[in-house]
Amino acid sequence: MFDLTGKCALVTGASGGIGAEIARALHAAGATVGVSGTREDPLKALAEELGTRAHVLPCNLSDPAAVEALPKAALDAMGGLDILVNNAGITRDNLLMRMSDEQWDSVLDVNLTASMRLMRGVLRGMMKARWGRIVNVSSVVGAIGNPGQANYVAAKAGLVGMSKALAQEVASRGITVNCVAPGFIATPMTDALNDDQKAAINMRIPAGRMGTPAEIAAGVLYLASPEAAYVTGAVLHINGGMAMI
Amino acid sequence: MSDIADRVKKIVVEHLGVDEAKITEGASFIDDLGADSLDTVELVMAFEEEFGIEIPDDAAENIQTFGDAVKFISEAA
Repeated sequence: MFDLTGKCALVTGASGGIGAEIARALHAAGATVGVSGTREDPLKALAEELGTRAHVLPCNLSDPAAVEALPKAALDAMGGLDILVNNAGITRDNLLMRMSDEQWDSVLDVNLTASMRLMRGVLRGMMKARWGRIVNVSSVVGAIGNPGQANYVAAKAGLVGMSKALAQEVASRGITVNCVAPGFIATPMTDALNDDQKAAINMRIPAGRMGTPAEIAAGVLYLASPEAAYVTGAVLHINGGMAMI
Repeated sequence: MSDIADRVKKIVVEHLGVDEAKITEGASFIDDLGADSLDTVELVMAFEEEFGIEIPDDAAENIQTFGDAVKFISEAA
């Protein structure tokens, strides 16, 4: 099950905890992976760890020209592009009353607009191949909101709506477009929280713990697989029960 | 009929699965040949590949009929 042999996958934000794990999962299922991100060193380390079938594709997603060029670079490096995982995301938290246009724009640019540009760039090949998988990594906060993150929440909710629109446009061509919406996931970012903060977060999660990057990657792997051909426009919530929607 | 028209016709037959006899000069891809908007995008992609040309979006919007396609490609190729 979930055999991706011969498929080529581009994963953005692969220098981060969740993105790296997504790349590992797709690679372990047999896919060739292109790992993208802004920080080249972690990408190189990841590609080295994966060994064969791994390509480093650095890209600054806040640079429109670089985003436009990424699908072609991925295609040239891997010889195909069957799976796109828009995982990269940034936060610039602030209360809305204090939020600057720059904070708003930078988060929307990277988390939403860059994803749109990458989807637009990969669709041509997928349409021709009559096969494609796009998985956008949203967030539980895109569904339930979070104070201090109006920009991030808008982008993550935007990903869901955008995915549903595109899913309808290309469903007849064998291309699916879905979202995975992680809840609280243990990453270097959450490691920085103190025990009281962690306990407060865990109180809100029926499972009583944060999720792991591997638990998110497993969801992405499923949606990227041939077995998920009939799943499109869906949001797979992986959040330990903290929001049952 | 010109070579270009023949090649365009072949692509249209392949993509839309229509009877060749229906593909007349003024046949509209959407109104007469049953294409949807995504089909027209794919046709343009196929024309670009077949003839090694670039068809910009604003030009693509004006390619409504078989005749439009042949005319544009004849001028561009």
